[in-house]
Amino acid sequence: MADFILNVNGAHVHVQAPFDESLLSVLRNRLHLTGTKYGCGEGQCGACTVLLDGEATRSCLVAVGSAANAKIITIEGLEHDGKLSAVQQAFLDEGAFQCGYCTAGMILSATGLLQRTPKPTAEQIVDAMNGNLCRCGTYPRIVAAIQRAAQSMPAKGANR
Amino acid sequence: MSLHDQSLPELARNISHGASRNIQLDRRDFLKILGGGLLVCLAPASAWVQESGRAFGGHELPKDVSAWLHIAAVGKVTVFTGKVEVGQNIRTSLAQQVAEELRVPFDSITMVMGDTDLTPWDMGTFGSRTTLTMGPQLRTMAAAARETLVQMAAERWQVNAATLTAANGKVIDSKQSRSFTYGELTHGEKLIKTVSGEEHLTPATEWKIAGTAVAKVDGRDFVTGAHKYPSDMILPEMQFGAVLRPDGFNAKLASLDTSAAEKLNGVRVVRDGDFVGVVAPDAYTAQHALTSIQANWNVPTQPSHEGLYEYLKSNPETADENGVQHVAGSVKEAMASVDIKLEHQYTVAYIAHAPLEPRAAVATWADGRLTVWTGTQRPFGVRDELMEAFKLNPAQVRVIQPDMGSGYGGKHTGEAAIEAARLAKSAGKPVKVIWTRQEEFTWAYFRPAGLIEIKAGVRRDGTLVAWEHHNYNSGPAAIATPYDVANQVIQYHPAKSPLRQGSYRGLAATANHFARESHMDTLAHSAGLDPLAFRLKNLTDTRLRAVLQAAADKFGWGRSKSTPDRGFGMACGTDKGGYVATCAEVHIDAATRKVTIHRIVEAWESGAIVNPDGLRNQVMGGIVQAIGGALFEQILFANGRILNAHFAQYRLPRFSDTPQIEVVLLDRKDLPSAGAGETGIVGLAPAVANAIFAATGTRLRNMPMAPAHDRQHESGTQFQS
Repeated sequence: MADFILNVNGAHVHVQAPFDESLLSVLRNRLHLTGTKYGCGEGQCGACTVLLDGEATRSCLVAVGSAANAKIITIEGLEHDGKLSAVQQAFLDEGAFQCGYCTAGMILSATGLLQRTPKPTAEQIVDAMNGNLCRCGTYPRIVAAIQRAAQSMPAKGANR
Repeated sequence: MSLHDQSLPELARNISHGASRNIQLDRRDFLKILGGGLLVCLAPASAWVQESGRAFGGHELPKDVSAWLHIAAVGKVTVFTGKVEVGQNIRTSLAQQVAEELRVPFDSITMVMGDTDLTPWDMGTFGSRTTLTMGPQLRTMAAAARETLVQMAAERWQVNAATLTAANGKVIDSKQSRSFTYGELTHGEKLIKTVSGEEHLTPATEWKIAGTAVAKVDGRDFVTGAHKYPSDMILPEMQFGAVLRPDGFNAKLASLDTSAAEKLNGVRVVRDGDFVGVVAPDAYTAQHALTSIQANWNVPTQPSHEGLYEYLKSNPETADENGVQHVAGSVKEAMASVDIKLEHQYTVAYIAHAPLEPRAAVATWADGRLTVWTGTQRPFGVRDELMEAFKLNPAQVRVIQPDMGSGYGGKHTGEAAIEAARLAKSAGKPVKVIWTRQEEFTWAYFRPAGLIEIKAGVRRDGTLVAWEHHNYNSGPAAIATPYDVANQVIQYHPAKSPLRQGSYRGLAATANHFARESHMDTLAHSAGLDPLAFRLKNLTDTRLRAVLQAAADKFGWGRSKSTPDRGFGMACGTDKGGYVATCAEVHIDAATRKVTIHRIVEAWESGAIVNPDGLRNQVMGGIVQAIGGALFEQILFANGRILNAHFAQYRLPRFSDTPQIEVVLLDRKDLPSAGAGETGIVGLAPAVANAIFAATGTRLRNMPMAPAHDRQHESGTQFQS
């Protein structure tokens, strides 16, 4: 066990965990941030995606010890003052989910994409999102949601 | 919700004491705890019982109360049903139907679902039965509640009830320009009304809330991470459990050394026969403890995927009484006189449901009573499993199913629930068990593999006269042909499956449609007829003809000819009250033989549409999910071990596999609404097979049709995907 100060959703939180425990496990089981999902634990499904310093990252593959100096944003950290982020709002508007279990990872991956590429082409969306699985098969709506979010965001691509 | 949550379990215990199948409502208790208002119960209704007809796991539809609805003194409506929400959107579509009949705003309705203490017994959420059966049941109760409220208002005003109308949560007397809200009418009342399914229901042509694209209930919680799935449940003092898995199926434990695990801080090892599990204060330690256990297993020699189909054909399961046989005319005599005869074999592999949320459960014991939160399509079935495992009566077990990370027919069972309960009992604290992806791939169950043999005969003019269809192991769903054929032999042959198998979205309808529609396509080409014309020539079912024509029109069928690098194919079918036709445009790279599904048009009809947005989502999802089984999904196994139990080895459809999809919905407001979660999946595979044939002249008869390169020698395909 070691002590870490994590920067999660803009707050500094103290956590005790083994250095090599996955960030996913720490978020869910020690910090009770259960919006980030376990899907495979092997970086193959994207359900556990969070932003690490703005980069969409599979939290199941990151040891908590190596995330201690990064700014971590989870699905719980996208809403501000009761207002959904542009990507969250677009997923809601497009009805881009069925069971919704993949949704947090989809939204974080899409947020990472739009920060990097504010106006992505359809091909860029598929490339960036292809590591995220939706077993319910809502991919066309997710692509539509990302395109909608891209249109609704300021041209500079600032999405907090 | 406006109910007294804390009191509801008590209420339910009062209700469900005694015979579990024959709920004796203590009406005074019920209203005391609900705090007054109006309670409407759906009592025995011969219509529902007769309609159910067939048994599911030994249960008929309940012969006692099947649902209840409560209108509180403030006008808040709560509906109780044992059905569960797994992503198919029934929490929304059922509430729409209640709001419609009750004449209340949609958001005044709360659905309490899949909680064995709070909801009436229900056999489970599968078979596309919710819209077909639970929808009308809830509508009936809501209509009865509305009539009761109108009657109450009439009595207060001393007017004829026929002069009053109900709208927007009020009973209105338009002549006198006065109204009562429902809450004003139920305030201070303690009323119970029992109905039996005879109420007049609002025709779909007059629907204002049902039939519209109401957004998913609590949709915001799904984009903020606030929704709590079964695997998200957290209880005070909760521990984390993990279970030691055998080295293979049917293995016996030969030796075990748990000493290293037991030395870990806070770890408890639980052993009961061949069951070995660990409980730890955190998930990390639980996994660490599990991997530090040394175990040896004796795994018997078992069949593999090599030679599977011969195995299934030569190992009949005679104890299974599901063998369906349908005979009409004489296939033998008819075949003697036809001009074109075709006989072929088709196969489908075992595939995995792979719900993104694996099996998960949190169990807690208190005062001899067990409560489990788990992801299942059959909360009452899981309650039965827990009762049997721990020798408990129904009042001692509560199963709660939070809206879960889907199932697709793969979560009918309660493995994780039993494991969590077992570990929690030993630990004396609540325990959470979440299966790993590898566990979900290995220790759940599979969509059955199957071999299908079809023999058919057609006259030179394209008239289908003989049809023989044998399905080995995959199942009887949609095995009957919708085409007009005078001479038929159709039979399902249950087999001894080497792998644990069970339900899957659409069941065997996918396999039977793949074989039938591929065979029909081959017959059309052999007779020199266009595939659409050949189908229509042999089809009188007007609903199926309508979707076929609608899909063909939208697709532009016949406008372009297939070429070696671009093929067009179609397929159609019906099952579980849904009618589907699928047209596919497939591109084939000449150099790599890579198949790309470029465009899909699917026409769908399942009676009156309850929610067009939800329906469109289901049909589209079925198409995308079907791509996997059609092209590349396949469980590989040998000697009791799954060889590809990871997403890196078992490919699922991804963004890059998704074609342009156009869904055409036919809204038959004159017909009852049927379920739509399943049958939309059946058209894709044969439509793609037929498109590949149209382009290349190569007929692919084995699903998956374009598996990974190292699997191609077995499937006989040269195509990539």
